Amino acid sequence: MSEPAIVVEGLVKRFGKVEALRGVDLQVPPSTVFGLLGPNGAGKTTAVRILTTLLSPDQGRAIVAGFDVVKQAEQLRHVIGLAGQNAAIDENLTGLENLEMVGRLYHVPAAEAKRRGEEILERFELSDAAHRTAKTYSGGMRRRLDLGASLVGKPQVLFLDEPTTGLDPRSRLEMWDIIRELVMEGTSLLLTTQYLEEADRLADKISVIDVGRVIAEGTSDELKARVGGEVLALRVAERDRAAEAAGTVLGLGPGGGNVDNNTGEINVPVGADGTAILTEAVRRLDAEGIKLADVALRRPTLDDVFLALTGHAAEAAEVDQASEDGGKKGKRERKREKV
Amino acid sequence: MSAVTETFSQPGKLGATVSDWWVITKRNLVTYLRKPDLLVFSTIQPVMFVLLFVYVFGGTFELILPASVPYVDFLMPGIFVQTAIFASTQTGVGLADDLQKGLIDRFRSLPMARSAVLAGRTAADTVSVAVQTILMLIVAFLVGYRLHEGGWEAMLAFIGIVAVGYAFTWVSAFAGLSLKTIEAVQAALFTIVFPFVFVSTAFVPLATFPSWLQGFAEWNPVSIWVDTIRKLTLGDLYSPATHPLFENVKPLGELMWLSVGWFLFFLVVFSFLGVRFYRKT
Repeated sequence: MSEPAIVVEGLVKRFGKVEALRGVDLQVPPSTVFGLLGPNGAGKTTAVRILTTLLSPDQGRAIVAGFDVVKQAEQLRHVIGLAGQNAAIDENLTGLENLEMVGRLYHVPAAEAKRRGEEILERFELSDAAHRTAKTYSGGMRRRLDLGASLVGKPQVLFLDEPTTGLDPRSRLEMWDIIRELVMEGTSLLLTTQYLEEADRLADKISVIDVGRVIAEGTSDELKARVGGEVLALRVAERDRAAEAAGTVLGLGPGGGNVDNNTGEINVPVGADGTAILTEAVRRLDAEGIKLADVALRRPTLDDVFLALTGHAAEAAEVDQASEDGGKKGKRERKREKV
Repeated sequence: MSAVTETFSQPGKLGATVSDWWVITKRNLVTYLRKPDLLVFSTIQPVMFVLLFVYVFGGTFELILPASVPYVDFLMPGIFVQTAIFASTQTGVGLADDLQKGLIDRFRSLPMARSAVLAGRTAADTVSVAVQTILMLIVAFLVGYRLHEGGWEAMLAFIGIVAVGYAFTWVSAFAGLSLKTIEAVQAALFTIVFPFVFVSTAFVPLATFPSWLQGFAEWNPVSIWVDTIRKLTLGDLYSPATHPLFENVKPLGELMWLSVGWFLFFLVVFSFLGVRFYRKT
């Protein structure tokens, strides 16, 4: 199939007076992983809820797997899978019973639902726990079971809303492996995340979304290129002199950069003149008697991109989840200031 | 897993709906089996009511009721209906829980019948009402409860009690979907149900209410249902001819019609509202 897996045009959704989505456009090619990257409250979950027929948009249209999400919601539900932010499993059922139930609700015959359930448990390394109630599962196991449930219907397009939020690092790595495998098998996947690293590792194409708008899109490399060249990363030894140091070095690059007063870290995009600017920065700081704990030239990360695009760091955003569900806009804690 | 959808002979629309209802009903029944403590504790409370009324207030009531009508025989129809109504709060609590855990979102993203989550949950909870009614009946017999009419009447009374529970599971389902948290559902249902249960003929005869409350107490659906069950189990002992306290008791035929009317009212209104809310939540 060559038609796009997802086409979104001018999507608007309001909750009362708050505009959760303010005209979002997306295009997801088939058999790719698409990352929707943004802080909490950016509108990621709202977008996923519209694309999976749970919410209807106020304006604009969305086509998933060739079906209109509003007019052909019923047909669409046959070909999508959704794993939301919570592990949506029944704790009183066993792992296998959970999968069988979902299979039956996709109208897969009972025997086939059982077979698929066992197959999924096997590949997600949950076979040993197949006959235990999900209540006894660890957080990572629940997430895997939840992801498994979204696969029982063999969806053409799979939606994963923050699949690793709240997982410990080991479970997160396991989840990444599983997701990468799915992609190799040709499923089209839309994944939301607030972790830049996650989008970087998994997504073929990324849209950065902030306060209901797509503010940038492209591959991870394209986005990094927008920061331009390399980044000079400094860490001052005495944190209380971070601001002073920033004043000295930030003007050296072509523009932009940021300072974190809590950690004493300073990032300066330096374009192609990395070595010269580094030398100059060290010389000036030395002249002022500011000691450095660390200094390096590095390739920009998606963190830098996010900061450059939005003026605030992605992972610093702390909002209560109600902001997306209930419509209230939460306050953002801005850990780092764009200078 | 390939992106190619395998197609099975899809069941017809009706077949699919029935299958969805059954899958969800089974899921909720399994939950009851895995949590027997839930059933036990929800039965203990009404048992305490029985003991309280029979042994604490019973002495006083015996003084005013006719000698031919033991208080426990008068009381139990009220307790049965009250138990059925209170038990139905489980429906709203369960739905609020599903909502919070994200299960409702998953169900709503599946190609299943929009009515199934509610229909399956209310059906399973009605089975639990039936089981609790039977447990209560056993307790009642232990404290001296006797049926004064035949087996058919008793069977009809049992069906009536379970039907009341069923109608209220829909009220409860609506509360669960609209209030969304377990605590709010419990508090709201208790507050709303309380006056209906206690300003009714469930525990005392209508004639004992002050006159300004009698209108409400007389037509209150709980009174209608309780009086119907009472008529079916006490027969002519519960009629104006027996005692002045029973002067307002309606004939069985009228009670039956009113009971069915109230039942249909609750069922139709709240199943409509419930499914509507489910689609939109």
